[in-house]
Amino acid sequence: MARALFDFRARPRFDIRAQPGFGVLALFTFALLYLPIITLVVYAFNASDSLSSWGGFSLHWFAAAAQNQAVQDAAWRSLIIAVSAATMATIAATMAAIATTRTPPYPGLSVKYAFINLPLMVPEIVTAVALLIVFAKVKVWTGYTGLGYLILAHTAFCIPFAYLPIRARLEGMDQSLERAAADLYAPPWQVFRRVTLPLLRPGIIAGFMLAFVISLDDVVISEFVKSGGQDTLPTYMLGQLRRAVTPEINAIAAAFLVLSVALVTVFFFINRKKA
Amino acid sequence: MPEPAAVPDARIAVECRGIVKQFGEGPRALRALDNVSVSIRENEFFTLLGPSGCGKTTLLRMIAGFEYPTEGSIRLHGEDIAGLPPFKRPINTVFQSYALFPHLTVWENVAFGLQMLGRPKGEIAARVAEMLKLVHMEELAQRRTDQISGGQGQRVALARALAPAPKVLLLDEPLSALDYKLRKEMQIELKRMQSETGITFIFVTHDQEEALTMSDRIAVMSKGKVLQIGTPWDIYDKPAERFVADFIGETNFLPAAMVGIEAGMARVRLPSGIEMSATLADGYVPSGEATLVVRPEHARVVASGGQLSGRVENVVYFGTDTHIHVKLDEGLTFMVRQQNSRSQSCGAEIGTRVGIEIAPDAAQVLRD
Repeated sequence: MARALFDFRARPRFDIRAQPGFGVLALFTFALLYLPIITLVVYAFNASDSLSSWGGFSLHWFAAAAQNQAVQDAAWRSLIIAVSAATMATIAATMAAIATTRTPPYPGLSVKYAFINLPLMVPEIVTAVALLIVFAKVKVWTGYTGLGYLILAHTAFCIPFAYLPIRARLEGMDQSLERAAADLYAPPWQVFRRVTLPLLRPGIIAGFMLAFVISLDDVVISEFVKSGGQDTLPTYMLGQLRRAVTPEINAIAAAFLVLSVALVTVFFFINRKKA
Repeated sequence: MPEPAAVPDARIAVECRGIVKQFGEGPRALRALDNVSVSIRENEFFTLLGPSGCGKTTLLRMIAGFEYPTEGSIRLHGEDIAGLPPFKRPINTVFQSYALFPHLTVWENVAFGLQMLGRPKGEIAARVAEMLKLVHMEELAQRRTDQISGGQGQRVALARALAPAPKVLLLDEPLSALDYKLRKEMQIELKRMQSETGITFIFVTHDQEEALTMSDRIAVMSKGKVLQIGTPWDIYDKPAERFVADFIGETNFLPAAMVGIEAGMARVRLPSGIEMSATLADGYVPSGEATLVVRPEHARVVASGGQLSGRVENVVYFGTDTHIHVKLDEGLTFMVRQQNSRSQSCGAEIGTRVGIEIAPDAAQVLRD
């Protein structure tokens, strides 16, 4: 009786790791993902000006990229756009998240969710063409051709990315905390400032980081919206690829990679400490 | 039995009149509260008691200001507060989950209300120290609230709610998360704090024992209605209807036939044919069939005689007393609670035929 009861332990459970070909498939997938990146980073240190034949170790291309005025300008522009767009997107997303989680459910709320998240599903090229047409008109009307268009466009597509972690955090938050603050004489603004905002901070930081990285990385919309001489780092790199390519592009990409990984790491530790 | 605070001119702290709370519209509308009226006196330990879903928490949330009544008024010392937001009501709440701010220390939690009221720093420091002393938490003032135990969290929540010296303190099942021993300790602590601070406590619980031991008065609620308001003694000994008798303590229900009324007492005939007198719940005069309620401790197992007879079905020993379950000849099971004494056992053996003697005045005719 007792043996029968425990017999199921003897029978091997279904384990996907034990299936034939699993290991090979996993290895292949990882190789596909990371080998090109590793190759790219390795060739950033190539002393020769070839992307395919190794000519010894050198930091030459990093120095070249850093001294290249066009790279400097594009990097600086990317940073300005990313910081501005991520900031505005985070503010908008925070307000949207509060509005959609701190009101009692009503008909049409799910439509609102869909509207906020729609940019994630609309093909980027469609948004890009649409923005190109609209901004072309606006440029003619106003005469303004500055970075504003890029910042505005980036803000728009960054909002859903910032919104998701902020909303998740708000939904996970114990709402009796806000009720307790109101019960202890805090008017709505103080409840937000003293309780909601401090508890929301990890979500806001996550949202900002995500928006920042997404903006920094964008090619399609930037390529369509930018005016002449407004290359961001990704559109500059794309432009370079049309000409003779040197490992300088590898060096820029490697630096870019380091920046992204650093950001994600910082965000990970901030989140873990707060949680 | 003295009835506490039954002075007719005792001042009313909170008065709820004709409260209706309806969720939703039309045929699917749900009435969480249906014409509820309660008056809670100053310095009173008042308990809202009922099973989950009876509307007690909704009523509490309404007094706090987290819900607004569909109909009816809520007055605090005569002033209508039904439309005021929570932060404008001099009422504080101890939440079921404590709702301590996790990003603040114990000290900062307790100071929160006073800071929001804009009290001077010196006054806040003194008051917080006083509150932490009241709940014996002085040593842990600088701890974060995720570094303290459940019982300590309970004390901090209490100190935080008491610090602004509210006119009324609301407690939403604050002891339900604590283990048995800690709960007993906190019951005594709560009573002590209530008498030390002189603040009106409105306590919500589904635990009838907790309600009986702590309250000055209890309102028993079921399905959005208040069934009875009274002292623990009233509620236990003179239940107004069957639900109250059934929910509070253990009770025997017996079917009986009304014979007549004599000197304000009902004369009833038991299924055995024996007649006995029973008290009537305030003003309720049944005719024909009636339900009789007898508390287990008001009956006695006897070798022969008594108003009922049957066979002992089970004997359960509880330390201080013994519960004897007797299968009556009519088929019902009747429970008798007998105090244990040192020298003798209860005398009932499983399977023996016994009689049950119901003490005079112990039976009451109930509204169903």
